[in-house]
Amino acid sequence: MIKTASASTTLARARGAFAEGRLTWSGLALTVFSILIYLFLYAPIVILVIFSFTRDEFGVRWTGFTLDWYIRLFNNPRMMGAAWNTLVVASVSTVVSTIIGTLLAMAMERYRFRGRGAMEGLIYLPIVVPEIVMAVALLAFSAIAFDVIKLVTGETLRRNLATVTIGHIAFSISFVVVVVRTSLKNFDRRLEEAAADLGADSWNIFWRITFPLILPGIIGGALLAFTLSLDDFIISLFLSGPGTSLLPVEVYNRVRRAVTPEINAISTLMLLLSMVLVALSQLLQRRR
Amino acid sequence: MAMLQQQQQRRDRIRLMLLLTPGLLWLVLFFALPLVIIVIYSFMTNDALGRVVYQPTLDNYITIFTQSLYINAYWRSIWTSVLTTVICLLLGYPLALFIARSPQQWRMPLLMLILIPFWTNFLVRIYAWQIILANNGLLNGLLEFIGIGRLSLINNEGATLIGLIYGELPFMVLPLYAAIDRFDFTLMEAAADLGASRVQAFLRIMLPMTMPGVVAGSVLVFIPTLGQFVVSELLGGAKVDYLGNLIQRLFLRANPINWPLGSAMAVLMMIVLLVLIMLYFRATTEEER
Repeated sequence: MIKTASASTTLARARGAFAEGRLTWSGLALTVFSILIYLFLYAPIVILVIFSFTRDEFGVRWTGFTLDWYIRLFNNPRMMGAAWNTLVVASVSTVVSTIIGTLLAMAMERYRFRGRGAMEGLIYLPIVVPEIVMAVALLAFSAIAFDVIKLVTGETLRRNLATVTIGHIAFSISFVVVVVRTSLKNFDRRLEEAAADLGADSWNIFWRITFPLILPGIIGGALLAFTLSLDDFIISLFLSGPGTSLLPVEVYNRVRRAVTPEINAISTLMLLLSMVLVALSQLLQRRR
Repeated sequence: MAMLQQQQQRRDRIRLMLLLTPGLLWLVLFFALPLVIIVIYSFMTNDALGRVVYQPTLDNYITIFTQSLYINAYWRSIWTSVLTTVICLLLGYPLALFIARSPQQWRMPLLMLILIPFWTNFLVRIYAWQIILANNGLLNGLLEFIGIGRLSLINNEGATLIGLIYGELPFMVLPLYAAIDRFDFTLMEAAADLGASRVQAFLRIMLPMTMPGVVAGSVLVFIPTLGQFVVSELLGGAKVDYLGNLIQRLFLRANPINWPLGSAMAVLMMIVLLVLIMLYFRATTEEER
């Protein structure tokens, strides 16, 4: 009874809106179209999560609830090893690229110097070069570098987690620079001048004024670098060596063979982690 | 006084050097130099074991232009990327418009909803479509249930296209939203008052003024699509070769591997990309005039 009443008021309200011209047919079409797109964006992800709990061993049919796939996942040393590797690579890559990127952002935002334009190009190029080109280039480079090292020191090196990390840092730096530069642009430089007038030296000015104020930007850049590294597949595939697999590469190798709910389970966990990171970065931005 | 200034200048220069050096070194050593190496490799040849032989030649480029396997992969990748970009634009523009015209407090959440799938691992998102489109998958179950019967939905170029659009759509929507959000909608009313139809007003006022968003979104979608190989492998069934599939095979799996030929393909892809983007920029800025 109440339901029908509220439905009829909604309908009446909609009719009123139409009459007043606030709601138009084209506006309605746009809304329906957008809802459909949101469905298109979310349906696959929701389905993926749901089917990580199915009993069906092919993961495409609902035959009852189970947590087996998660348990199996946590007992799979290969997957757990890959997950650990991924976290290690992402952590190291984040720390290094955030430091290097922040320094670069300071240089680009605060100084005028010869070759600044070229530097600008060098920083932004990794964002526009297709990742596969960067991946094969780094693969070729690592082969040559290993040859040179063998010639000089006699040591035989192989691709490992370090080579992947170097690659991840190379493409993360640019993104960190972009994010940190935005917060440096919004920065009121009079605060630094005031500190200088009050007798603070430049070391103190940086750590007490500049750094705390651009910290949200730096953390934002770091979170972006972390997510980029976690999600990276192409460079990880080309640069990881035998026995040093990363999670996306491991998922790829298994998906190519067959679809199993275990992959759904690991995907759901990866999804969860990404969402936590996004929520964190949003919280930080709101505080800014 | 002059000496103090000089001292200050020197200190500034040292500080700048310290800020620049780590980044400059890293990007030159692990980005620029590797690119130079594959340009050099693209003019070399390889032996029966897949090792690079340092003997200058144009053979790799000649192979690419004369063998249909390679030249077709370029056409296929370019065509698929153009198609993906156009469809993303057609889907993304109304969506961005919808978000920009929503009540203020709804805009950020609606935008975040676009962003969340984008933060999800690309591989995971493509895999999700495998579950839906597989022969024993969800959609076929549904089709069978309503009496149409099973269809072959996966392992074709259509499935590849769906995966690409799905993966790249957020990249299109974000810059479009930024551009439309800045657009002053009273201009549309002004155009209507002056007798312009809605289509005219859109084509002559709104579209030109939001062109920077269109260009940025298109470039962001086009670049990764041109070099992709995962989608065509997982959803397309690796039946036909795209640029990325060939490059990946030449570098990692072919027997023998052929890095010089793979390098030539990668270098040529970069050149194609630069030329197309330049043409696109020229075409879109001329429209503005």
